[in-house]
Amino acid sequence: MGNFETTQTLETFGFLPKMDQNEIQAQVAYILANGWSPAIEHEHPSRAVDTYWTMWKLPFFGETDLGHVMAELEACHRQFPDHHVRLTGYDNYTQSQGSCFVVFEGRS
Amino acid sequence: MSTKSYQAGVKEYRDKYWTPDYAPLDTDLLACFKVTGQPEVPREEVAAAVAAESSTGTWSTVWSELLTDLEYYKGRAYRIEEVPGDTESFYAFVAYPIDLFEEGSVVNVLTSLVGNVFGFKALKHLRLEDIRFPIAYIKTCGGPPAGIQVERDRLNKYGRPMLGATIKPKLGLSAKNYGRAVYECLRGGLDMTKDDENVNSQPFMRWRDRFEFVGEAIQKAQQETGERKGHYLNVTAATPEEMYKRAEFAKEVGSPIMMHDFLTGGFTANTGLANWCRENGMLLHIHRAMHAVIDRHPKHGIHFRVLAKCLRLSGGDHLHTGTVVGKLEGDRNSTLGFVDQLRESFVPEDRSRGVFFDQDWGSLPGVFAVASGGIHVWHMPALVTIFGDDSMLQFGGGTQGHPWGNAAGAAANRVACEASVKARNEGREIEKESRDILTEAARTSPELAIAMETWKEIKFEFETVDKLDVG
Repeated sequence: MGNFETTQTLETFGFLPKMDQNEIQAQVAYILANGWSPAIEHEHPSRAVDTYWTMWKLPFFGETDLGHVMAELEACHRQFPDHHVRLTGYDNYTQSQGSCFVVFEGRS
Repeated sequence: MSTKSYQAGVKEYRDKYWTPDYAPLDTDLLACFKVTGQPEVPREEVAAAVAAESSTGTWSTVWSELLTDLEYYKGRAYRIEEVPGDTESFYAFVAYPIDLFEEGSVVNVLTSLVGNVFGFKALKHLRLEDIRFPIAYIKTCGGPPAGIQVERDRLNKYGRPMLGATIKPKLGLSAKNYGRAVYECLRGGLDMTKDDENVNSQPFMRWRDRFEFVGEAIQKAQQETGERKGHYLNVTAATPEEMYKRAEFAKEVGSPIMMHDFLTGGFTANTGLANWCRENGMLLHIHRAMHAVIDRHPKHGIHFRVLAKCLRLSGGDHLHTGTVVGKLEGDRNSTLGFVDQLRESFVPEDRSRGVFFDQDWGSLPGVFAVASGGIHVWHMPALVTIFGDDSMLQFGGGTQGHPWGNAAGAAANRVACEASVKARNEGREIEKESRDILTEAARTSPELAIAMETWKEIKFEFETVDKLDVG
């Protein structure tokens, strides 16, 4: 019989294995294909439950370049290696987030 | 100035209530009935009788009619259509002036439209298929206490369906053991759990005890997982006073959400509770016990799309819609038709989905569609495809029937859901590729692997009783 350990998880995709570069790209492409605005936020793991994380620049309104979003994610992760970094796709029609998941987990 | 004189007696309904030249107004409330008349009564007369009996008419002329302007207040049967593939019944379209109905009261609308007329002797059967609520009327209704967008923000759930489970066994657990089952589901990865609709405040588990233990389970699961959790505490009660008492306490123990049974509890109680939830920052999950009594017979009663529309007006943030794939009745197109009515701001007429009218919902918030009943991990890719992200997928037996227990069952569902969403976003056809997607995901999740093994043979394939009318 199995034993299920409770772990800290980070909402959507928190139960899947860490994504590789191609898998991250596919999710970014999904955000762009829906016409949503990609946005990057980061926060120290000790404050991960807060509603608001720190924004990395402004949301990338009108962005169509997948490579640019990937580069910004990397840049944020490099500057804050001990922070979680999450990617949001802002949907201005529903005034919600069409997508939101943690791309890099901070070293804790 | 009145030019009519009073003549006692019984007139043909169609003289007054059959108006084929009438062009409905934007402010009219429109209804489509499926009518099965007694043989040899002309269709126009039956349609007119339905319009009359559901609005201003009575069987005999009365003198006091002449004190008002019934031409202004009367309902009008304005169109008759064949029912595809059915020679016995026909559709009757009726327009009602908006002033027949009290503002913000689906109770009043239903009392007229599905009142005495349903027992009318000239009819064999009568079914209310659809209502077009004018935007002017919708603006008088409170609607969902929070709505889809606000609920997502409060609970921090984005880009995927939410996952839940009804706690089982549905009757007989003590409050502490019940709280244990809740905690296990939530720590394992479900977003929310649910009281079974039968659970109110029975001798084996009084409501206050249940709320306290469940409140603790939610808080502990949130602390340990770092995710936001909830449990629909059922506040359905024998009296409104008792219902509000339970609602207060549900808020006090820290659940973000509570639940109500809108048909057995009634629309008055439901609308009141929805208003209370709006004022108190609580979400409201709506169960639909008794619906199949009303909506399942294809020729008599009220179609569920009407009940769903009424609920969106009365108020609720979640509504059960059936699963299409599980153990309970539900045709796919028909289900999609009323799921749209819950979530969209405008739904165009679409007979292939049983939608008889354009429906403008204006700014009324959307309601999450809840799929619950006999579903398990193998259904996940189909459920994500059918219901999309703005849904709550509930696996009762499919979580708590896992050989390793609730937490492992919850994790299996969460992995299956996230794997399906991820694959969908990658552009894969997840219903077709469901086996591959789940098998891949199970490689890193022993919980999912065991769940797939446990439920691999379970299917519910019976013919739908209430089918859409197609030729």
